[in-house]
Amino acid sequence: MLRREIPIFLAVMVGWFMVGEFFFPWAEPGGTEVQQMAVIITAAGVILGVANVIRINLLKVSRRQKDWQYSIFLLVGLIVMGFLGTVLPIVHAAVKGGAWTLGSLNLVGITDGTVFDRLYNRIYVPLSATMYGLLAFYIASAAFRAFRVRSTEAALLAAAAIIVMIGRVPLGEKIWDGIPLLTDWIMNVPQLAAKRAILIGAALGGIATGLKILLGIERNFLGSD
Amino acid sequence: MSLTQRIEALDRRWIFLLMLFSMSFPLIVHIRLPVRTSPEARGFYESIEALHAGDVVYLASDYDPGGKAELEPMLLAVLDHLFRKDVKIVGATLWPAGSPLLERAYKTVAPKYNKTYGVDYVHLGFKEGKENVMVQLGKSIREVFPVDYYGTKLDSLPLMHSGFNGNPIDKLGDTKLLVNISIGYPGTKEWVQQVRGRFQMKMISGCAAVSAPEYFPYVQSGQLSGLLGGLAGAAEYEQLIGRPGWGVTGMAAQSLSHVTIVLLILVGNFVYFWNRRKGAARS
Amino acid sequence: MKLFDPDRLPIFLAIALLGFLVVYLIQRAKRGQTFFIRKIAGLEAVEEAVGRATEMGKPILYVPGIDDANNIQTIYSMIILGYVAKMVARYETPLIVPIAKAFVVPLAEETTRQAYLDAGHPDAWNRNNIRYLSDEQFAFAAGVNGIILRERPAANLYMGSFFAESLLLAETGFQTGAIQIAGTANIHQLPFFVVACDYTLIGEEFFAATAYLSREPRLVGTLKGTDYVKVVILVVLVVGALLATVHVNFLHEFLNLE
Repeated sequence: MLRREIPIFLAVMVGWFMVGEFFFPWAEPGGTEVQQMAVIITAAGVILGVANVIRINLLKVSRRQKDWQYSIFLLVGLIVMGFLGTVLPIVHAAVKGGAWTLGSLNLVGITDGTVFDRLYNRIYVPLSATMYGLLAFYIASAAFRAFRVRSTEAALLAAAAIIVMIGRVPLGEKIWDGIPLLTDWIMNVPQLAAKRAILIGAALGGIATGLKILLGIERNFLGSD
Repeated sequence: MSLTQRIEALDRRWIFLLMLFSMSFPLIVHIRLPVRTSPEARGFYESIEALHAGDVVYLASDYDPGGKAELEPMLLAVLDHLFRKDVKIVGATLWPAGSPLLERAYKTVAPKYNKTYGVDYVHLGFKEGKENVMVQLGKSIREVFPVDYYGTKLDSLPLMHSGFNGNPIDKLGDTKLLVNISIGYPGTKEWVQQVRGRFQMKMISGCAAVSAPEYFPYVQSGQLSGLLGGLAGAAEYEQLIGRPGWGVTGMAAQSLSHVTIVLLILVGNFVYFWNRRKGAARS
Repeated sequence: MKLFDPDRLPIFLAIALLGFLVVYLIQRAKRGQTFFIRKIAGLEAVEEAVGRATEMGKPILYVPGIDDANNIQTIYSMIILGYVAKMVARYETPLIVPIAKAFVVPLAEETTRQAYLDAGHPDAWNRNNIRYLSDEQFAFAAGVNGIILRERPAANLYMGSFFAESLLLAETGFQTGAIQIAGTANIHQLPFFVVACDYTLIGEEFFAATAYLSREPRLVGTLKGTDYVKVVILVVLVVGALLATVHVNFLHEFLNLE
């Protein structure tokens, strides 16, 4: 009963209450309380997530599973940043210490001028931005190797893609005045119509699934039936 | 192997090299191209232009370092525009790695206009909870962020008492405009769904170029008063505020790289169909 | 304080209509009524992909998106995973499932284990094939790319919520010559999947996949319920456009359109 019935009961009760809160103004104070609880529970969920990450990667290292060396990097990074950002400020506040510094940088805290911020800006930011930047190269490679005009629809897609790509940059207007206008038409008429239709369909699918969860029909969020 | 067959089987590292050249060459030789303004970018600009000195806006800076290249020029331009108009800013983020980026943006722009933290702008930091936090902000900012990014109680910040007639800024509705700069989830769509409709707030958004088409329906329906899409959107906005930055600088690079991709599509299809035709003729 | 917010009446009616139709049609489906679902090419290809992988003696890669267990797309992805796992279990083809969120790991483990059990091959289930890689988006993409390049799966299935890493995954899979089937309701990633994959389930087709594959009454009933509501929306759109053209505004005002 603990594994299924109680979680389903909670999901259904809280879900219907929150739906009701949207339509019945008198339920708003209760809805606000529930939302505050949700914020706290989500934050607690982050802690669980971190614990899970540590557990899985420690297991990987201890069993020398494939690519276990990368798990060491992950664990070292997690421990260092977690220590600097969370543990050290708590310890510092508890002992009411003065300034704890490492060279010109503050050891405590996560704001500008701290070791945490320096590591964030010198390691995390470049790595993250670089990975995102790889997309440009992959798009080029995909454009050359995978984008084949094998049907009428693909030809229309290619034509629209080329017009919009050229029209969205200054070069388009330099080539021909009409390209940006054509781009605007494509974006505001056929593209918008299709996007709106997909949005409506996807939203309906989402609402229907939400309703199934609220009616207790859908239980896959707890694991398989 | 014929020339077209060799081209078709080209090692993709040559393509990567071609892209690298097309993106870096315009940046190295400092090519600048005039930027055309789209109606969506104009709507974004005019929404901020319509604000008055002393008005307070809520700035939702929802991106992480991955989105920095596209969105930071936008954010810097927005801060520039707002500070120039003496508009006050309450900023926060719903992305865990977003807080230092907003802090850095503030520290880059605020000194140029002699803006003081706590009086002219505030950084509330990050809160986990996504849509829940959005709805909660619509009811009470202090319930979500009792202290700011630096641990200071909100009540001790003068800006949080700069509402109409000196009333506290207690919820999103006490601000004049919601400015959202976002790269994904949670982002523009969630702000429109949870806040725009529920609390009837005026809202503008800057987003990644790949997401912009998805938000065009919101612009057309009036749910968004303006939209900036990617680096091109940032360039348009920088041009409108008369402060060219990385957006405008990047346009030449983006132009050449777009042309390169178009050529790759055309060449790729040409060699593919040519080789198929030759293969069919041979057999 | 008002008992009911009248401004939200249209939304209330729409949800009530959808809810009624979903429940009603689920009951009809449970009683044995069959409903027509059009062919979805991408889903027809799943069995072909599994067969191909089995013949080549190569594994199948199933990526359930990068979002958390509370995302509806992840929930649907788990349903599809169960179906694929049951198919794969029959042929004893390895099924690799890289996961981006720690909370999805137990869901995927239980789904696949149950599927193997239902297929009568519980011993073939390998926990090590459910691989938690990283919460970080691009670290996850790098990890999956590594799996694709090293283990060379014959079929790659991308089903769920994807973001910027979608092209990184699909393009790498394309390089290895794998058959690729993608499905997501994240509209902004669809162009990348359409370009690099053999089949793409667009938006609602992804939600329809579960009903299509399993023909389970509650899934089919839900699908038909949303279909009928779409018809209602279409009628309202056409009628509303006509009325607005002749400056009759009652529908516009009732729906509270700004």
